[in-house]
Amino acid sequence: MAAAKKKRSNGLLYVAFIFLKRIVKKHPLAIRWFHWINFPVLTVMIWSGLLIYWANDVYRLGWGDKTLVKFFPQSIYDALNVPFHLSTGMAFHFFFMWLFFVNGFLYVLYTIFSGEWRYLAPDKHSFKEAWLVLLHDLHIRKTAPPQGKYNAAQRVAYSAIIVMGAGSIITGLAIYKPIQLYWLCYLCGGYEAARIEHFALTIGYVLFFLIHVIQVILAGWNNFQAMVTGFEVEQYKEVTVPEPEPAETTTTDA
Amino acid sequence: MSDPAQEKDKAVQREISRRTIMSFSVFFVCMALGVFLFLKLYHEPASADNVQPTLRTVFKTNEKLFSLFYSKIRQARSFKKKDAVPNARVNGDVGMGGTLDTSWRLKVVRKPGDTLVLTLDDIKALPKTEVVFDFKCVEGWSQVTYWGGARFSDFLQKYNLVSQSTMKYVGMITPDGTYYVGNDMPSMMQPQTLLCYELNGKPLPQNQGYPLRLIIPVKYGIKHLKRIGIMYFSNEKPKDYWAEQGYDYYSGL
Repeated sequence: MAAAKKKRSNGLLYVAFIFLKRIVKKHPLAIRWFHWINFPVLTVMIWSGLLIYWANDVYRLGWGDKTLVKFFPQSIYDALNVPFHLSTGMAFHFFFMWLFFVNGFLYVLYTIFSGEWRYLAPDKHSFKEAWLVLLHDLHIRKTAPPQGKYNAAQRVAYSAIIVMGAGSIITGLAIYKPIQLYWLCYLCGGYEAARIEHFALTIGYVLFFLIHVIQVILAGWNNFQAMVTGFEVEQYKEVTVPEPEPAETTTTDA
Repeated sequence: MSDPAQEKDKAVQREISRRTIMSFSVFFVCMALGVFLFLKLYHEPASADNVQPTLRTVFKTNEKLFSLFYSKIRQARSFKKKDAVPNARVNGDVGMGGTLDTSWRLKVVRKPGDTLVLTLDDIKALPKTEVVFDFKCVEGWSQVTYWGGARFSDFLQKYNLVSQSTMKYVGMITPDGTYYVGNDMPSMMQPQTLLCYELNGKPLPQNQGYPLRLIIPVKYGIKHLKRIGIMYFSNEKPKDYWAEQGYDYYSGL
């Protein structure tokens, strides 16, 4: 930039920068729709699933007679008005399952055909790098590995959640039609195993949701709003050269 | 200062604001619409069968769809007799008031005004079939249980109920009329469906439906009516106790 090299009277090179904003595309419209449809639909699935689970709420974490966590304490049932709504739960579950399935299925098709999968699928480095991202996020490590649209931990998480979604559909169908779809039930290790797996995946969604929300809050507004608007605002440095003041640009006289 | 760079920056800022407001407006309108539709569905006045009519329609649609894939060749997995629990769980007592004795009769309504009356020995005269399967309750639990009785399909054949077997449904009612179920004919004709009179090789206990109950492994337990009083055939869905309480009529597994 030749213009920037003009000397001022004090003999110093004068260069100035200005920070400018630009709009950078991030999330395609389709992905934003899939994401925001899935969120309330999955919420309804978990709520109606809880109404169903209540009717035979036998799961716990513990050993022998020792119970660490009971699924679920009465206080949670009472707070969410769960007891004695099995038929309501089934009615909603077997309606919203279609929305959950179709939305998830279209999402997977979209990522495949649009090429978005390239940003999402983990590569051979992702699993190792995901640890480094985790250490960085926990402030144990100073630097994070270089990343594209998603970091390695996100790639692993956002791919795992798709596998979990497929798992919920498979285990769900195995419980829903254990005789007509006996081979699915067999694949899941039997009827009771399928129910446990279906339940465990749901707990997985809740944990995913908690971590996801914390990470989104920490990442800040610009990152969050991109999931609604589709773009991120990026700041970049532009070199500016103010018009030299005439009185001071007389260095050639000497 | 009318710096072109700053002019450009202002234009970008305006564009960011415009698109942010647009996107969030659409976002909030759609979310509000979603919540509105959900609440509308949730609060939709239930019909006589205790469920929102929209959700009943979805139940029926699911029934139609999964009936397409139904095959009576597919059987509930058979277990060994030793895998069966010694004390099968008793989960319901509707229609089970008092005790029954040998004066009990099975009334088979061949058509209105034409009733066949049978004793337990008539049923026992049919070939005995034993089924050990994982009995599944709509509540979510299951139990391997061991039952004995006459195949429903054998029963229809023996009593020449061939024209009845072309009808769509079989209805059953307890002697006191308080519990009643309807089952589709393809499920009734499945080879594991029994007019059952034995549990664990012994006569049914009173609380398990003595003297005769239905065992229909391709359905949830709510469909396995205990203590059959009347049996009838219909092309319309027979009335069904739990369907009236908001459950899926089909309840097929």
